[in-house]
Amino acid sequence: MKDLYGANLHSTFLGIESPNPFWLASAPPTDKEVNVRRAFEAGWGGVVWKTLGEAGPPVVNVSGPRYGAIFGADRRLLGLNNIELITDRPLEVNLEEIARVKRDYPDRAMIVSLMVPCEEEPWRKILKEVELTGADGVELNFGCPHGMAERGMGSAVGQVPEYIEMVTGWVKKHSNLPCIVKLTPNITNILGPAGAAKAGGADAVSLINTINSITSVNLEEMSPEPMIDGMGTHGGYCGPAVKPIAMNMVAEIARNQETAGLPISAIGGVTTWRDAAEFMALGASNVQVCTAAMTYGFKVVQEMASGLSQWMAEKGYNSTADFVGMATPKVTDWQHLNLDYVTKAEINQDDCIKCGRCFAACEDTSHQAIEMSEDRVFTVKDDECVACNLCVNVCPVEGCITMRELPVGDVDERTGMTIPEDKRTWLQHPNNPSADPNTCIIRGQ
Amino acid sequence: MSNSQHTPGIVPGRLNSEAYSDNFSDLHPPLDDHEARVAADRCYFCHDAPCMEACPTSIDIPLFIRQIATGTPEAAAMTIFEQNILGGMCARVCPTETLCEEVCVRETAEGKPVVIGELQRYATDKRMDAHPYKRAASTGKKVAVVGAGPAGLSCAHRLAMKGHDVVIYDARPKAGGLNEFGIASYKSTNDFAAREVEWLLSIGGIDLKLGKALGNGLNLETLAADFDAVFLGMGLAGVNALGCDGEEKDNVLDAVDFISELRQSTDLSTLPVGRHVVVIGGGMTAVDAAVQAKLLGAEDVALVYRRGQDRMNASLFEQDLAASKGVRIITHATPKAVHGNGAVREIEFAYTKDTADGLKETGETFRLPADQVFKAIGQTLGDGQGLSLEGRKIRVSDSGRTSRDGVWAGGDCASGGDDLTVTAVAEGRDAAEDIHNTLMGG
Ligand SMILES: Cc1cc2nc3c(=O)[nH]c(=O)nc-3n(C[C@H](O)[C@H](O)[C@H](O)COP(=O)(O)OP(=O)(O)OC[C@H]3O[C@@H](n4cnc5c(N)ncnc54)[C@H](O)[C@@H]3O)c2cc1C
Ligand SMILES: Cc1cc2nc3c(=O)[nH]c(=O)nc-3n(C[C@H](O)[C@H](O)[C@H](O)COP(=O)(O)O)c2cc1C
Ligand code: SF4
Repeated sequence: MKDLYGANLHSTFLGIESPNPFWLASAPPTDKEVNVRRAFEAGWGGVVWKTLGEAGPPVVNVSGPRYGAIFGADRRLLGLNNIELITDRPLEVNLEEIARVKRDYPDRAMIVSLMVPCEEEPWRKILKEVELTGADGVELNFGCPHGMAERGMGSAVGQVPEYIEMVTGWVKKHSNLPCIVKLTPNITNILGPAGAAKAGGADAVSLINTINSITSVNLEEMSPEPMIDGMGTHGGYCGPAVKPIAMNMVAEIARNQETAGLPISAIGGVTTWRDAAEFMALGASNVQVCTAAMTYGFKVVQEMASGLSQWMAEKGYNSTADFVGMATPKVTDWQHLNLDYVTKAEINQDDCIKCGRCFAACEDTSHQAIEMSEDRVFTVKDDECVACNLCVNVCPVEGCITMRELPVGDVDERTGMTIPEDKRTWLQHPNNPSADPNTCIIRGQ
Repeated sequence: MSNSQHTPGIVPGRLNSEAYSDNFSDLHPPLDDHEARVAADRCYFCHDAPCMEACPTSIDIPLFIRQIATGTPEAAAMTIFEQNILGGMCARVCPTETLCEEVCVRETAEGKPVVIGELQRYATDKRMDAHPYKRAASTGKKVAVVGAGPAGLSCAHRLAMKGHDVVIYDARPKAGGLNEFGIASYKSTNDFAAREVEWLLSIGGIDLKLGKALGNGLNLETLAADFDAVFLGMGLAGVNALGCDGEEKDNVLDAVDFISELRQSTDLSTLPVGRHVVVIGGGMTAVDAAVQAKLLGAEDVALVYRRGQDRMNASLFEQDLAASKGVRIITHATPKAVHGNGAVREIEFAYTKDTADGLKETGETFRLPADQVFKAIGQTLGDGQGLSLEGRKIRVSDSGRTSRDGVWAGGDCASGGDDLTVTAVAEGRDAAEDIHNTLMGG
């Protein structure tokens, strides 16, 4: 792997070494020996092999379309949805291939994803077989939201914390392989499943699996898509669109007392080096990628590696462990935010291309705080601006509109308040009926 | 006293100083961060991308553009330099419209390619401060490189990187070859050629000896004896003759000399140019001479080419550029005689047409007023050093080996490939790899 900046991307996760923190998630890119070899040649640090099921006749996939998609401008793929099941190739074939590839690439991480019925014996049996391949660890797929769930597996397990704990316990009892529990996001609170995994003895969690979704409806046939002979079903959603959801879940697990410290492999929309850095800053030790590889091919890892390496060198981080979790303490509850922190939008007239989007957004839907002159000069009215950031978000020119922090002693022209030395959160705020004005004025938890 | 475009004869200062700086400023001003992001976003990250195939140095174009799109142009620059150490100059001078951008799938889709050349410049400009490579441990091997043009520089850099000690000999007082003396001014502004050479040499291990010409004090025998390997990258030193009456008259000049004088001038307002200028030829040199004569203030400039427009070596983009600057392009006309008393006053052409037996004069002739004529009808290899030739160039294998053991050649002086900066870089690099393998293979 080209590592032109000399930053050390080497990653150790549960004692499993890989040359970089970029693993391919369990999915079509990791379903076959040919793919995985190509992936390793392209530079991926590790793979989680496509989920294996019990011995015997393999599952059957639909033979009609299995993907749907959401596009951004220029048909850039933002979200992908699938109704694929676990591997549809025989168990023995997969196991043989895993052993061969691991033997030829001893420096790459090889994790085997598993999903068998919710009984102890099938789990014991398959673990023994996986151990023989020389794989570095197992990932328990408690996430697949379609097809397998109807058979009492996948998210049907992942949605019931008691089942997670029970199955994880069996796995830990019957094998010494490091055990990663892959969580489904199709629940109300991720902490339940994460806590159950921990209680069952999981060495780590990985998240997220795909999100229940319908990506489009065919208005001629009046059927959801992808459409199989006139009918459709919900699929699993992934890709750039799901990253914010995944990041929140990762952060919740990383900062919550009961689950903090449980190693995390982050999944969900990782597309560039920056996405990886963000997930890791929130507490993940490494990342897994599926959709980006499926969209752009295995070569994307080269940009991920060079970008992360450049950024680490610029920041002076010597290893990925240096910045893992650095942003976790900054994730807090709303009630701990500083309500006396005031900013105002500021438009850089040199950068402004005079599209007027900020004006439309603020005038029509926010706080009427942008003025437009006859000759299309846009300026912010400090006495109206609530600092919502919408203008920044809709401006097509990055960095043209910025938020300026008012220093202590300045007056907020909108409220007339002088920015105080002391900070008040909601917990101290006079408008809060249950506020205690005497509480310590420290933010955070 | 001040001259204007109408002043007869060959005089300096036809324009005001503002016009000079406007005319010779960057042809494509650099992209700013925002423009680069928007342009990079158009790339589809094609698999086995056609642009990569079309680039003679095989730069991983989709990868470097994605690196720009994800906010790491410095990493993008490294992706470029990995394949092409003169990626900065190539970004400025490559006829991208006939290379990478021609085959861009968005050219196919919308007639508007991703602006690969401009993006390459954006990325490389970010990494021209400190030299990005370190040398490998010394191998104790010594290699002589003749010619400090793109071929020689690229070869020397790759060899130095691999730990060999290199001596470059160049006949001229300044390094860079045609990057320094040939490329049109508006493609390489702010002394970029010299800055790039300095940046490239700062890898260390390359000893540059200027004013040393092979054939004049240096000879191949001694180089071959004194060094472990020799690379010849001396370009094309000779020029073709018109072969028409009156060619010897005053002010009938080689376009390359005119361009080289222009490139070395520190004050363009002191550089004389004719009122009526005629350029003969149909390649990049002809276009560059014609355009720059016009930009210096010549009242009218005609570029005359003996065949049809479709046969011109200058790309459509270059032709359009010339036309947009006011150069009149005349095709299917061949020079018959230069008229004038001592110095040229008129030049006479015969019209031609393509026939089954090749190009034929039609019998019709015409004359153009001319007080300056520039010949741009091709350059030739000077001394072939006794090596086997192919056509009129030194014969080389794919990896640059000549007919003589221990001697490699590349760039314009060697057979194969187009006469382009980027081709010279590729050939220099590939020869360096082969020299390295040969020397280290024992
Ligand atoms: C006017 C002009 C405009 C051009 N514009 C473009 C363009 O826009 N884009 C593009 O891609 N290409 C362009 N080209 C072509 C491009 O410049 C050449 O293909 C490229 O420079 C070839 O590189 P080289 O290293 O082989 O030779 P050169 O660049 O010619 O360098 C050869 C070097 O060898 C030295 N030398 C010669 N003889 C001896 C000797 N006997 N002993 C020692 N040293 C010697 C010379 O001084 C020179 O420094 C242009 C060419 C010309 C003439
Ligand atoms: C077609 C497809 C098949 C998948 N199959 C599996 C699977 O067999 N086992 C599994 O654990 N996850 C599976 N996933 C989920 C991915 O591993 C991953 O968790 C999800 O796609 C989110 O990551 P992404 O946004 O990088 O794609 C699949 C995803 C896709 C798109
Ligand atoms: S990608 Fe296209 S060609 Fe390949 S299997 Fe899917 S539908 Fe068929």
